[in-house]
Amino acid sequence: MSTSAHRGSLTRRSALGALGAGGLAIAAGPGIAQGARPAELKVGIATYLSGPASVFGVPARQTAEMLFEELNAAGGIGGVKARPIFVDEGPGVDHFVGEYRRLVQSEKVDLLFSAISSASCIACAPLADELKKPTILWDCGTQRIFEDGKYDYAVRSQANATPEILAALLYLLKAKPDFKTIAVINQDYAWGRDSWEIFRTGLETLKPGVRVVAELFPRFGASDFSTEVTRLLATRPDVVLSTSWGGDLDTLIRQAADRKLFDRSTFVLPLAESSLERVGKALPPGHIVGARGDHWFLHPAPQDPARLKTFVDGYRKRFGTYPIYSCHHMAQAVSCMKAGYEKALAAKGGAWPNDAELAAAFRGLTFPSPTSSVTIRPDGQGLENQLIGTSKHVDAYPFAVLDEMVVFPAEPITTPIGQKSTDWLKTLKPDMVSSMPKAMPYRA
Amino acid sequence: MSGARTLAAGLAAALLVVALAWAVPWLRFVLTVATAKGIAVLGILLLLRAGQVSFGHAMYLAIAAYTAAFLAPRIPDAALLLPVAVGLSAAVGLVVGLFVMRYRDIFFGMLNLALSMVFYSLLEKLYSITHGTDGIRLPPLTFAGATLSVEAQSWAVLLSALVLALVAGAAVRVYWSSPLGEALAGIKTREQRLDFLGVPPRLVLLAAYVISAALAGIGGFILAMATRQVTPALAYWTTSGELVFIAVLGGAGSVFGAFLGAAAYELTRVYAAAFVADAWQMILGSVLLLVILFAPGGIWGIGQRLLGRRAAGPGAAATAGEGGP
Repeated sequence: MSTSAHRGSLTRRSALGALGAGGLAIAAGPGIAQGARPAELKVGIATYLSGPASVFGVPARQTAEMLFEELNAAGGIGGVKARPIFVDEGPGVDHFVGEYRRLVQSEKVDLLFSAISSASCIACAPLADELKKPTILWDCGTQRIFEDGKYDYAVRSQANATPEILAALLYLLKAKPDFKTIAVINQDYAWGRDSWEIFRTGLETLKPGVRVVAELFPRFGASDFSTEVTRLLATRPDVVLSTSWGGDLDTLIRQAADRKLFDRSTFVLPLAESSLERVGKALPPGHIVGARGDHWFLHPAPQDPARLKTFVDGYRKRFGTYPIYSCHHMAQAVSCMKAGYEKALAAKGGAWPNDAELAAAFRGLTFPSPTSSVTIRPDGQGLENQLIGTSKHVDAYPFAVLDEMVVFPAEPITTPIGQKSTDWLKTLKPDMVSSMPKAMPYRA
Repeated sequence: MSGARTLAAGLAAALLVVALAWAVPWLRFVLTVATAKGIAVLGILLLLRAGQVSFGHAMYLAIAAYTAAFLAPRIPDAALLLPVAVGLSAAVGLVVGLFVMRYRDIFFGMLNLALSMVFYSLLEKLYSITHGTDGIRLPPLTFAGATLSVEAQSWAVLLSALVLALVAGAAVRVYWSSPLGEALAGIKTREQRLDFLGVPPRLVLLAAYVISAALAGIGGFILAMATRQVTPALAYWTTSGELVFIAVLGGAGSVFGAFLGAAAYELTRVYAAAFVADAWQMILGSVLLLVILFAPGGIWGIGQRLLGRRAAGPGAAATAGEGGP
């Protein structure tokens, strides 16, 4: 490919040789016999360090750094210290696939946390099986992974798009049962389309006859929504759904607030928890906010209030903001790793588990999250509760907080094993709305 | 110099890649991607010889990759799928070429860019067919009828990439020294002269355009086989830019430049990402800046200068027998 047999090719060859030697140097890790305790536990973590999704990726990385320090300060896992190795998902799938291989084959990681982007997860779940490396899918949304495929080495330490969106729909049906029209304004990419598909399918089943007055899919990363806002002002929908996130959502909220759109329509924003602190009080009270799980620093009924407080205060002290849902997802992945290793260690009487034993230990595992606990089903999908609330302005915080919070237990709103979400959503019964848990108010 | 010597050089280079991929297993994937991109960059070099820069060749990359992804369930063999995918890339190249041939320079570049972004948007918008940004996953392919293990398959992809690179490199060299190829340089200097000679410049450029689309198609097909997941990002302008970046980095004068550039680009990226996960873009950018400022001939130019050869303009290297397998 790149050098020749001519005289003078030596320079080039030695240059490439040096590169190769560099590669070998990276590749040289301590060879660990299975069963013996390694000197160090290496964890490859894929997250967004560049690009728009770094609004989730960077806080998650910070969380990982904090939690790995805490874990190691407490003695590590089975006496072994853990070290995170971060890689950037930003450049896209072909780069990420290379990075995944590098982490496994060169860095010799023991475990991977991957990833934020659904495309990355779809690419790496089969890779996990090919390379036989336990992989925790820690944040991606798509429900297709375990519905379309079966993987032994990949598990998910969080929910997926179906329960995340269904919870918001159920909450809306309870909070505002008599709405007649709806509009959607989602980012124009897979998540925006998928989440609308889930919401619409569920809505048609549970409340047929609602008219969809506008389906708007502005460009991903758009910085101006004036056309869309005008359209929504003209069509006067009772409800506006937006599963947008990051800068797109911040801008949408600000521009909709400026033009009083929030006064006319009730907004359903299943990802807005991650934007609350940034948009401040631009988000008016009375709109429905979700968090891709039961993630809220003022969770009304945490399993262990001290655990949540340590997590929130620790993060806030170090990084100056409240942890958002991607921080919680990272905490779940770290907790999943710890609980999985402990289970596998116990099963082997304290001997260090190999990759297959570790991967098997994750199935059926229940591990604590900052707010409650998550159980991994036999198919690898995590069962994670969902918290939805209504925005409220209080004096104690310079941004909207959640009121009338409902914590949905995971199981009833998660697609059962072996079924596809789009089919299952068509079989929902209206009693799902009436059997919803009671709402809990904001408490300072 | 003789074609045989350059062929030997190319083979030696390919063997070196195999040795490197064998010694450092994780580099196998990186080198496969670099080879694939190198083949696509050959197409860029072809157009560069006529003084034209296409900022939209990622479209042909993506066409072949998506063809592979859509047809793989029906035609599960790489040997059958390759001609179909590359053929489609070339066919689209022909249709598009008929239009873009009317334009030169910045207009040529921008029109290509616009068309590739239209294709990118289609991949995203036709969500129910393409799965949008989530992309489509390729099932494992057979190679000439043989079902291979995962390990063997990654070798098969790398080896077929290298064989295709050798064939494509040789073909481009032959093309460059053919009348049709020599006429490309005529377009760059003064197009009317070709007309006076009775050579229709549009046809000359169209032929080069179709070949470059096919080369991008080969690259896209290998990328699809290597990553086994195709996403619209393949058609995004940054990917097109990457191909031009590699062409500049490697040096536009020779076939070897394309592959040197691709290898340097991918290795820089992967090593930069390994050492500073959140600032690798800066390293990549600095490398390109340094190359532009201090080595306008690219890596190939540096190599030639070190060897004390005469500074080569585009084409000189190839005819000197240094470049090209």
